[in-house]
Amino acid sequence: MLIGRRQMLAAAGAATTAALFAPRIAFARAATERRLVFIIQRGAADGLATLAPTGDPAYAGLRGDLAADLLDQPKLGGMFALHPALAQLGALYAGKQALFAHAVASPYRDRSHFDGQNVLETGGALPYDRPDGWLNRLLTLLPASSARGLAVSATIPTALRGAVQVASYAPTALPDASGDLLQRVAALYAADPQLHGLWQEALQTRAMAAGFDSGGAKGGTAAGALIASLMAGAQGARVVMAETNGWDTHSGQRGRLAAQLTGLDALIASLRDKLGPAWADTLVVIATEFGRTAAANGTGGTDHGTGSLAMLAGGTVLGGRIISDWPGLNAASLYENRDLKPTTSLDAVIGGAVAAHFTLDPAIVVPRLFPGSSSSSAAALSLIGG
Amino acid sequence: MSDNARALNRFGLGARLGEPIPGDPRRWLNDQITQFAPRPEQIANALTTPQLIALLRESRDEKEQLKAAAQASGADPKAMKQANRAAGMPAPYADLRGAYIAAVGIRTQVALTTTTPFAERLVHFWSNHFAVSVDKIVTLGLAGAFEFEAIRPNIMGKFGDLLLAAERHPAMLLYLDQAQSIGPGSPLGARAAQRGKVRGINENLAREIMELHTLGVRSGYSQADVTEFARALTGWTVGGLAKQPALQGPGPQFWFAAPVHEPGARTVLGQSYAAAGEAQAQAVLADLAVHPATARHLATKLARHFAADDPPPALVTRLEQSFLKTGGDLPALYRVLIDSPEVWQAAPKFRTPWEWTVAALRATGAHDVPAKSAANSLQQLGQQVWKPGSPAGYDDIAASWAGPDALYRRVELAQRIAERSAQTIDARALGAALFPGELSPATAQTMARAESGPQALALLLASPEMMRR
Repeated sequence: MLIGRRQMLAAAGAATTAALFAPRIAFARAATERRLVFIIQRGAADGLATLAPTGDPAYAGLRGDLAADLLDQPKLGGMFALHPALAQLGALYAGKQALFAHAVASPYRDRSHFDGQNVLETGGALPYDRPDGWLNRLLTLLPASSARGLAVSATIPTALRGAVQVASYAPTALPDASGDLLQRVAALYAADPQLHGLWQEALQTRAMAAGFDSGGAKGGTAAGALIASLMAGAQGARVVMAETNGWDTHSGQRGRLAAQLTGLDALIASLRDKLGPAWADTLVVIATEFGRTAAANGTGGTDHGTGSLAMLAGGTVLGGRIISDWPGLNAASLYENRDLKPTTSLDAVIGGAVAAHFTLDPAIVVPRLFPGSSSSSAAALSLIGG
Repeated sequence: MSDNARALNRFGLGARLGEPIPGDPRRWLNDQITQFAPRPEQIANALTTPQLIALLRESRDEKEQLKAAAQASGADPKAMKQANRAAGMPAPYADLRGAYIAAVGIRTQVALTTTTPFAERLVHFWSNHFAVSVDKIVTLGLAGAFEFEAIRPNIMGKFGDLLLAAERHPAMLLYLDQAQSIGPGSPLGARAAQRGKVRGINENLAREIMELHTLGVRSGYSQADVTEFARALTGWTVGGLAKQPALQGPGPQFWFAAPVHEPGARTVLGQSYAAAGEAQAQAVLADLAVHPATARHLATKLARHFAADDPPPALVTRLEQSFLKTGGDLPALYRVLIDSPEVWQAAPKFRTPWEWTVAALRATGAHDVPAKSAANSLQQLGQQVWKPGSPAGYDDIAASWAGPDALYRRVELAQRIAERSAQTIDARALGAALFPGELSPATAQTMARAESGPQALALLLASPEMMRR
């Protein structure tokens, strides 16, 4: 049904003339049964709160109030506690269909969102090193009949850009400006008396209007169902990328992160339910550009960091495990005295998992997808079943 | 604001992604006066006034046939209309609506791609000055052609020529009811009187010419002047549209219908105008075009548009004097603006929805926005193109545009534009290019802290700098 309502535009020409307000879709070619969903967490999600190393003696001290939701959670593998908002993902982990890789990082070592996301998406060693993305290069390795890529967004994100033509889809209903953007606009106008006054008034009016959707579980469930519908059937997309925003929790992290994770958890659960039997052939990769500081900052949040968390879920995942060469959180172990030190290559985790999922040779696939990665130990990780 | 930022934003339509900052801002502006292209490719391919009038006539006839068919069959016209729509038949005026949307698309595309944005701003200014609002069905299709054919070719000449072209255009004659005005003493008026019918003058256009287009309201003209001018204008109509055989005339185009022209000499503002047919009203217009009150009125509007909501008196006087000295030479006025410190130094003006949308799209390098999207966006932002709802045109002051919901909608649209823009845009670098030397630390910082490239771009498009020019 959703497919029928999509607006279609002819491929290359229409894509370059940029339909600015109308959603557009451009299909590629037409059969492995395997499906991949890459969910990027834009804004640097806090891995240390998502899968909290509560067994690390330094953790509670570094995190203060931010640790409150986590310290009482049951420990997985003796060291880590999953955020309580991730109940469904926790159930998948218990059912051996979810796996976590901690203290991971791409080759990028600075702290700019833009540059970090570019490295994560292009697979390059440096920002803006490559014009194409690793998901698109993956498509070139699949049989042409299965190389159907799709972005659940109005435009094609960097990871899906490249030689293979891909589709994009965003719901036709105009999205409300995200709550996160509204907050930032408030900051933008703080010093401008005219705009500040107008903005406060606009927000108050909007808050009074009914049906203001703040995302959360409802939004996540709808997004999961949408993605599943786009992957359904013989002609459905096989490689899908979805973007999630709102992870940049410099302040008010406890509530905001809980809401973010609730949405993500609902998305994964909804995707699993709606895919039905196809879930058995599905791999979901969830990753972010970098992590956040080990210590809480002064505004109830955390700042840009380095090492983070990646999550894999799906029917092909050899789950119920946490992959981590845990570096420790004591002062001497932190990266540049502030961040979780990366000890595992995120590229190797993603590349290894994706290669195994599509039964491709990791020794060929990983360098192709992540030429910027120096790691070659991907094959050893064995994340995916045959 | 730096001179470059002012040239790009206050005089121009906002910097275009990837275009170099003008080396000498004043020279860049001056050069546009001669470089302006009145008829770029997109406009050369647009529907022309005769084609649009033909469409108008067909639509009108079609609607009347439907009505007659409904009456003949005893059906409820409303129910029949619904049934026709359900059967997939286009509404009677669908073609005109389509022509309107297409023209909005052309106007937007030209604004996005032009290399003479100062000149295009002047097109928008004069088009609004001579507003023909599309809330009348007769102007729906023609509003675009009016701007393309009457305004654009005349903004770099004498005001008198621009005035004449605007008033003679069928869109204006139809919009302000001049096309139906009949002199009671004209041959046709006299015949009607003999049959006991009262056919008369419609003074709408005459009044608005004096009040809005030339002298300005409360500038000393009387009701008698309006009536006399209206009499002089009788006969100025549109050929090829009317149903009465005597009024069909050659067309579809401007037509001086001698059979409805009021005979005799006229006196307007103390000046006598001998009977001269079409040339009589033309002579009145020529005098109105160079009248001191017109100079004052236009100087005030230009100063308001380019300097401040409350126009600086010294600038108004300077423009006024130039206008009187040159007999209404428009490029001379534009040069006064370029040379006036008030324009470069005044506090920024709040952008209208049109100005903001064009600036935001130019900033992201957009060049081919779907016409319908452009039209819908402007409607959502509160400034539907060519639909000010009155011949006075859209307001040119912040109080009319700076509202809470209007601002919220801009932020929503900023997010949409940013999400649909190339992800290769680095908003941080773009901010510096859009507002050379002017980007505030607050905006720079908020962008730098954004969680993604598109979010940073949305914040730039929503920034205080972007809301003003």
